[in-house]
Order: sequence, then C-alpha cells, then structure tokens
Amino acid sequence: MIPIMQAVTPASETNWLFWTLLKTGQVLLFVLSLALLVAALVLADRKIWAAVQMRRGPNVVGAFGLLQTMADALKFFFKEIVIPAGSDKFLFILAPILGLVMAFAAWAVIPVAPGWVISDINVGVLYVLALSSLGVYGIIIGGWASNSKYPFMGALRSAAQMVSYEVSIGFIILTVIFLSGSMNLTTIVDAQGAGIWNWNMFRLNPVGEYGLWNLLIAPVMFYMGVLFFISALAETNRPPFDLPEAESELVAGYQVEYSSTPFLMFFFAEYVNIMLLSAMMTLLFLGGWHAPADVGFQFVPPFLWFFAKTAFLFFMFAMVKAIVPRYRYDQLMRLGWKVFLPTALAAVVIVSTFVVFLGDKAV
Amino acid sequence: MLIAISFYVLAFTAIAAGFMVVAARNPVHSVMFLILTFFSAAGLFILMGAEFLALLLVMVYVGAVAVLFLFVVMMLDVDFVELKQGFLSYLPVGMIVAVILLAEMILVGAAYFAGESKTVVVTDSEVTNLEAIGNVLYTQYAGAFEAAGLILLVALIGAIVLTLRARSGVKIQNAMDQMARTREDGVELVDIEPGQGLG
Repeated sequence: MIPIMQAVTPASETNWLFWTLLKTGQVLLFVLSLALLVAALVLADRKIWAAVQMRRGPNVVGAFGLLQTMADALKFFFKEIVIPAGSDKFLFILAPILGLVMAFAAWAVIPVAPGWVISDINVGVLYVLALSSLGVYGIIIGGWASNSKYPFMGALRSAAQMVSYEVSIGFIILTVIFLSGSMNLTTIVDAQGAGIWNWNMFRLNPVGEYGLWNLLIAPVMFYMGVLFFISALAETNRPPFDLPEAESELVAGYQVEYSSTPFLMFFFAEYVNIMLLSAMMTLLFLGGWHAPADVGFQFVPPFLWFFAKTAFLFFMFAMVKAIVPRYRYDQLMRLGWKVFLPTALAAVVIVSTFVVFLGDKAV
Repeated sequence: MLIAISFYVLAFTAIAAGFMVVAARNPVHSVMFLILTFFSAAGLFILMGAEFLALLLVMVYVGAVAVLFLFVVMMLDVDFVELKQGFLSYLPVGMIVAVILLAEMILVGAAYFAGESKTVVVTDSEVTNLEAIGNVLYTQYAGAFEAAGLILLVALIGAIVLTLRARSGVKIQNAMDQMARTREDGVELVDIEPGQGLG
C-alpha cells in the first residue's frame, strides 16, 4: 500500500491511464476506510455516552455490540424511501447526496502520513474550507425541499450557524498559515516536527525559529486551538450546538422527512465531517503524523500517530456531547459573533505582527 | 485534448446554468443554477491555473453569498406565477445590457488578439499563485486594496445603521450581569405572618 500511495505523479500525456487508475484506487481506498471508520465511530460514540451515563450501551448484536452499526445500516438500506407528496422531489433526493459527496471530497487533500495523500495541492487548507462550507447546502436544500415547517426551521438555523462559525474558523486557520508560511497541509505538518513543543497548539520551543519570543505566542496559539475545537463542534452541528436538529424543539430538524437510505446518507455525512474536522485539527494544531518526541518512537508508523490523535479528538467530541447541555440559539450566535470572531481577529493581528517583526524574514 | 474537453464542458455548463437562472420558474431553483454557474466558473479558473482564485470563488460566493441568497429567497412568500407575469416587458432593458456586455467582450477579445498588451502575465513556476497575488496586491495595488476595504467598512456600518433600532421595554440578556450575580442579589427571604399576605 505504501508505494502505491507515494507514487503521486502528475498527469502526463503518456501515463494518464495509469494515473486515472491509481487515483481511482486511492479514492476507493479512502472512501472504504472512511466508511468502515464511520461504522466504528458511531459505535464508539454510543459506548462513550453510555459509559458517561453509567449504562451499557449497545451490547446485543455481535460481541460487545460490535456489529450494531452494521445492523442499523442494513436496516436503513432495506426500508422504503418515503418522499413527501408536497416535496420538491429532485432537490429532496439531491440534498443528502450533496452532503455526503462534499464530506468525502474534502478528504482528497488530507495527508494522513508523509506522502499518503490523494492530491497534494498548494491551497489545501482553502480547499477544505471551501468544501466544508458547501456541506451546508445539503442541509438547507434538504430542509427546504421537504416542504414542512420543522425541517425548514432546522435548515434556517443551520445555515446561520454554519456561516457564522466558518468566519471564525477561517481566521483561526489564518494564524496557523502565517506561522507555517504555506497553505499546503503537508508543509504545515512538516513545520511542526521534532516534538510536542513544536506543535502549533503548544509552541514552547525556546530555541526554534523565533527563539525565546516563541513563548510569547504560545498562549495565543493554545487559545486558537481551543477555539478551533469549539468552532468545529458548531460547524458539524454536534452537541452542545446541535440546534438544527434539536429534538426537544424541532423533532429532528432538517431530517424529519427523511427515511431509509437518504437519512443514512445525512447521518454518514455528519460523521465523515466530524472525522474531517478532527483530522484538520490534528494537522493544524497537533503536529499531524509527528510523534510527541523523537526519542524511541521510531518504530511506530507515522500513520498511527495521526490516527491516534484524530481518534483522541473524536473522543473529546463524544465526551462533550455526553457532558454539556445544549446552547440556546441566541447564546450560540453571541458566542460566535461577539466572542470568537473578535478574539480570533485580534489573534490574527498579533500573530501576523509577530511573524513580520520577529521571524526569519523580519523587517 | 483533455483540457479542451474540460473547457467546453465547463463553459457550456456555465452558460446553460446562467440561462436557467433567468428561466427557472422557482426562485430557489434559480439560486441553485446560480451556484452551478459559480462552480463552473471556478472550474474554468482551475483550467487557467488560478487555483487560489477558484477556491476563493467557491468559498466566498458559493459558501457564503449564495447561502444568504438562498436564505432570503426561501423565506420570501411570493406567488411565483404572478412574479413571472410581464416578464417580457423587461426585454428592452435586458437587450441594452446584453448589447453593452457583448460590445465589451468583443473589445477585450480584439485587444487580446491584436496583442497590444497581455493582461495575464505568466510568472515563473517557482512562485505559487498565492504569493504572486500577494506580491502585487499589497505593493502595486495597495491603494486600491485599502480603498476596497474602506468601501466595505462603510457598507458594513451602513447596513448596521439602517437596521439598528432601539426598542423600549425589551429585556436583553446581559451575560456579564448574569455571571456577576450572587445569591444575595437573587434571593430574598421573607418571613410571612400567618393570615397576612406579602402586601
């Protein structure tokens, strides 16, 4: 698998057939492993909440309930697809497809280990940001096409929520781009090598590029990391920000009219997006595939570090859902626009000033 | 060859979707076609090697502007059939705009083929798109950039001033006040005598 993944050659006239086959294979590999991971993560999610609430969680289908997700998925596949009579049929079917495709497409630029990436483009961060902002269309279109009150309310809420938090996510990512000097995800990860003190979230290296000044920027970047995590919760509509589908107010929000496979696709897209944002946080703030220290860990493959960090972040996502109560909608908006946006903007100013005046290319 | 095919597919999609923006009966469908147009334009940018502009187009126009369009259009309660009546009366104005646009495009095309000045300057391949744009935007065009920023700021303040209204008698939640509250502020213990109210 490793040589295949590393053979990332640009398309030329001679080997375009080989290139197409190679890319198709890579895409299939990513999609299949993501699909299997979703199955595992849904179960992990439920087990973690169960543990927090002192229940057992799913434990009937398969050993320790390991096949529960598979059983649920099979059930969804074999149910009838109900399309409401007053709905816009084309858009109703298009919405979940759009959501799922956008969720998977963003993974094209995520490097999971050195060279293990489908497309190593220069504007990788921007690509992920652009595609994650397209994910909102699945929800809006689905909510509108259902031609029903609750889905419509859910769709409007999610539109406002996701657009709001994308702004602060954009500014947070900007600080990381300033410090790395690149929008290429591989370069961003490479800049955080050699140890935990070089990761963007814990910039405690006193002998690096910025010398002792690095400690000055450490609290700002740690705060940016925390902010990114919370914004990621809002961006993926996870609790405590799951207002688009708040069941006590909107039954299930934009998903009310969906059944069977279309519902499964929404559900799938949600988890793929959660994994995407966990992976993005790993790449941007937690050093990607780098080990916490360069001593004695060489036998662990880089991919496993990436996987472990992403899985840890997913665990945090699940814990937040189990512990924190849901926000009220105006509180959510206040947090996004009056707290996150100004502080992220201030951090952009601080970090860019820092890079210009104290970096290698200081004026 | 592959690039030519991609160009024609994207260009045709852009034009067809652009036509459907005007022709679609349902405004929400119109916005959908507008998004498709943006997308095809982004694809054309990528074919030209301007991947930064392409992604910016998708992020800003598709990810934010079109979402707000959709937001507004979905909430409008209009009779779509009635809206489309008298549609043809706008034809003269539309024709004038179309003719002006066509003339402009012919001018640009003629200037390009005359080879007097090339607007697209190919930089060396070592410099990425992003760096190339940054290098001219913040040096050569810094004044225009700042002016654009100022105009946007004025528009922002204008929008706030137009919609801001102070209403009396509305309870507004103040997070700081809530956090600073103590038990003494919130609870008052009263010893009520039997047979008497709090009067």
